Amino acid sequence: MIAKFGSSWLSVWLLLLGAVLSSCRSSDAGKTEAEPASGPSSAPAATSDAIKVGLIVPFSGPFASLGAQIEGGVKAYLDTHGGAIDGRKVELLVRDTTGLAPDVAKRLAQGLIVRDQVDFIAGFALTPNAMAVAPLATEAKKPMVIMNAATSSITTKSPYVVRVSLTLPQVTAPLATWALKNGIRNVYSLVSDYAPGADAEAQFKKTFEAGGGKVVAADKVPVNNPDFAPFIQRIKDAKPEAVFVFVPAGTQGIAFMKAARERGLTEAGIRIIATGDLTEDQQIDPMGDSALGVVTTHHYSAAHASPENEAFKAAFAKVAGTQLRPNFMAVGGYDGMAAIAAVVHRLGPGKIDGDKAIEAFKGLELSSPRGPIRIDPETRDVIQTVYVRKVEKRGDNYYNVEFEEYPAQKDPGK
Amino acid sequence: MASFFGIVFDGVAYGSLLFLISIGLSVTMGLMNIVNLAHGAFAMFGGYLSVWLGARGVPFLATLPVCFVALGLAGAACERLFYQRLRRRSQLDQVLFTIGFTFAAVAAATFVWGPAEQRVDLPAALRGQVQLFGVGLGAYRLFLIALVAVLSAGLVALVEKTTFGARVRAAVDDEHVSAGLGIPVERVFCLTFAFGSGLAGLGGALCIDVLGLEPTFALKYLVYFLLVVSVGGAGSLAGTAVASIVLGLFDVAGKYYVPEVGAFIIYGLMIVLLLVFPAGLYGRRT
Repeated sequence: MIAKFGSSWLSVWLLLLGAVLSSCRSSDAGKTEAEPASGPSSAPAATSDAIKVGLIVPFSGPFASLGAQIEGGVKAYLDTHGGAIDGRKVELLVRDTTGLAPDVAKRLAQGLIVRDQVDFIAGFALTPNAMAVAPLATEAKKPMVIMNAATSSITTKSPYVVRVSLTLPQVTAPLATWALKNGIRNVYSLVSDYAPGADAEAQFKKTFEAGGGKVVAADKVPVNNPDFAPFIQRIKDAKPEAVFVFVPAGTQGIAFMKAARERGLTEAGIRIIATGDLTEDQQIDPMGDSALGVVTTHHYSAAHASPENEAFKAAFAKVAGTQLRPNFMAVGGYDGMAAIAAVVHRLGPGKIDGDKAIEAFKGLELSSPRGPIRIDPETRDVIQTVYVRKVEKRGDNYYNVEFEEYPAQKDPGK
Repeated sequence: MASFFGIVFDGVAYGSLLFLISIGLSVTMGLMNIVNLAHGAFAMFGGYLSVWLGARGVPFLATLPVCFVALGLAGAACERLFYQRLRRRSQLDQVLFTIGFTFAAVAAATFVWGPAEQRVDLPAALRGQVQLFGVGLGAYRLFLIALVAVLSAGLVALVEKTTFGARVRAAVDDEHVSAGLGIPVERVFCLTFAFGSGLAGLGGALCIDVLGLEPTFALKYLVYFLLVVSVGGAGSLAGTAVASIVLGLFDVAGKYYVPEVGAFIIYGLMIVLLLVFPAGLYGRRT
């Protein structure tokens, strides 16, 4: 009995802690939902006319930063457009998938479609979550806007899926082409051991070897690899002209760059080429000097020089603060919302019809902060410019500076 | 030959890293018999403190003692508030409380510092390579190895040779008899826990350059802490040191020579070692 009393004392502490934290979070979430819709107490006439968008992204767990970026992008768009499309209010319903959780994403999507009767479902930072929701989009005939998840096959899982972000093969192929053009003939491939890593490795090898290059060795590293030293040593021993790297955006990129710096990979004459995930904008500053000179290909850099990008960055800072530098995921959120707005505008007044909306997405063109983009009418996937960039220091910060471009790239993975 | 030497060096360096992030847990778990899964949370806060101070112009090396002291004080506070009540409780209660504490810490860190990766600036002297026997060795790794040698010698001396160490061992073995002999058991436990937490904070600050720092740090490396402590034998400082180095060496060598199965080697080795030494390499059999 004494033990029982004691354990209830413990749970009181835990509950207290939990309550404090969840109250912080829920007040935050409440703000999130109310802001763009300018409060739930709006006139009923306006509400029936409102556009409801369900946003399914991770806000907690290891992928929390993806949610923060995407939500920031969506809100940046809404904020600059007065939270409305053609005078119709946009209600944003934000849901937290907690991370890599297909079952949770599916349940949240079901709730948004059935109970909240949203007009669009959007977000989807991670491929497995998007895959789990796609059948629901088909069943409910709801347009599903992918703002990040980059596995090539997602758009084939439902005729209601539209992607505004990127596919991994799309940004990998130009890198192989660029390497060939710059006299690199043999490359060591190093990718994370999961599906996107395999995609990147396969696409690089295909394009590179078709152009006369040779992938001398291909290593796969564990997805959560704490120390890259042994792999870097292997690369040094193999003496290739360059190493092609794909690791998921986050800690892994930093761990790789630091190990490469310590072991003097560049000094040994081995160039580092990678997809933009390695030097993604949010994590490039923590990498510091070790990332200088790395060449990557991607569709967006915060350093992209255009009035659209300047306006986007200012809008993002206004809604998400200046601490977080917007990256390609934030642009995915911004463009996804812009695409939804364009479709609503095309369809005109009245309730959104899923089939008509999907037709309106096809062939849609936007001038995005990353440059011009277009939705492929056949595949509903994004067609965009892929840039070759080099890491440079500007003031106290590090940026991917674009110096070459490959316009109108389709996804070669389909 | 040069690359073999390089692999051994990297293995010892990686082992040192494992030692640094696990030694605090070995102290709290082994000496006090508390299953402290919140160890990673203390390490994480140590890391954040170092980064926070670093951003305000404090040099990296100067932040290390601050992290040790600050997390030690925080540990003492936590011991008074929570852990002293857990000591005589079942291990399930301890696991539930400390894992809950870890989740709360992860959420709190996300709330305060955001989910993004933090930036650490090492002093120039610790960056780059040092040439030794014709092999380029990472300066920071050399620093870690040296630090581990000093730390483990100091700790062994503290626990085995000082009165405080004797009191800790006595208090753990039999609380009531120790109290009867006039040992201030409560204070000894509080100090030990504070010391373990301080070590966790120090380890956290030292590891962020290699492992990175974001809120899930507290959970992400939990499996490594537990692995080292269980293989080394909880409470044995020498055991923790030996286990860290052995695991580090095999992990690095495995990833270099057989990368296809490299990720599994550290776990395979754990299984073998625990089959042969169920109580850990230096564990006390009960």
